[in-house]
Amino acid sequence: MLLISRALILLSFLFTGVFGTYSPPLEVISFDTFEQMTQKSSDKIKIYNFWATWCAPCVKEMPAFEKVNSEDTSVELLFISLDDGRRPERVTAFIEKRGVKSPVFLLDDVDFNSWINKVSEKWSGAIPATLFVKPNGERIFHEGDLDESELKDIISQLK
Amino acid sequence: MKKILQKTLFFTVIIMLLTNLGAFAQGGFQVGDKAMDFDLKTVEGTTVSMANHPDAKGFLVIFSCNTCPYVVAYEDRMIELHNTYAPKGFPVIAINPNDAKRSPGDSFDNMKKRAKSKNFPFAYAYDETQEITKAYGATNTPQVYLVKKEGNDFIVKYIGAIDNNYQDASAVTKKYVEDAMEAVLTGGSVEEERTKAIGCTIKWRKS
Repeated sequence: MLLISRALILLSFLFTGVFGTYSPPLEVISFDTFEQMTQKSSDKIKIYNFWATWCAPCVKEMPAFEKVNSEDTSVELLFISLDDGRRPERVTAFIEKRGVKSPVFLLDDVDFNSWINKVSEKWSGAIPATLFVKPNGERIFHEGDLDESELKDIISQLK
Repeated sequence: MKKILQKTLFFTVIIMLLTNLGAFAQGGFQVGDKAMDFDLKTVEGTTVSMANHPDAKGFLVIFSCNTCPYVVAYEDRMIELHNTYAPKGFPVIAINPNDAKRSPGDSFDNMKKRAKSKNFPFAYAYDETQEITKAYGATNTPQVYLVKKEGNDFIVKYIGAIDNNYQDASAVTKKYVEDAMEAVLTGGSVEEERTKAIGCTIKWRKS
């Protein structure tokens, strides 16, 4: 009995540790799932920002993306992490530490050459990179970092 | 006679302009293009160029650095590539294009440290001005340019990733560089001559 209650305490501790301390949870996805996400119809301009915890210019531009996302209701931001899928805890720790509010997905497919061109023929594979999908399905791709005003410029051109 | 000379000069200039524009539009060398030679300082305290390897049949020019996790994941495979293909006439030349101001971990001193600790058997050079990197059109690290010596020219035969699994060398199903090397060594054509991989952006100087 004591053992069970101890186990329960431990379990509840673990669960708050894993699920309670960050928000939103991290979802690990395949490229197919990512592609389905981008094809789903939406009345907002979807912004898919490709990043990784180790990528300094990516990390630097994230707050500007979150700011624009919080101020402009016509856009919806999603962070697509290209971190090591074997170590998702690195990403969850980052989300928690930096207080990332937008949903984060870890795209776990290392056969990069099989899918980079499907995101955009223009993409060399370098990150940061950002895919914008308009409500009509039109896709606009940007490679390289963006500051707040550059991001707003692109969005205003898409409206 | 003077007119002909003038005309020739005029067309030469036009052709040079067009070739340059083409290179810009496509972002550097493409497969089939003549690659440019370089003369860059190496961690050994010497300089490296393609011309100073008179016995080489070609090169695996790899844009690399110290700090990128993908590079770190591939360093042992870069060493293996050199050990396999240098005896066959295709040594690896690694070039770090990153600006040390923007990425202090990629400074020349740190290159020396990295080369020493990994005991690189290949030349590790610094493209401090980033001119070679721009001319090649490299976009991220690691990125391989396989060039083959044809007469006095170095022709690009393959551009891209080393293989299709940075995480686990034993789980690789496509060995892009090895396949391209085998094709070049046996006189065949390279099947996959351009591949892409997620990589670290080149840290360009802020002008």
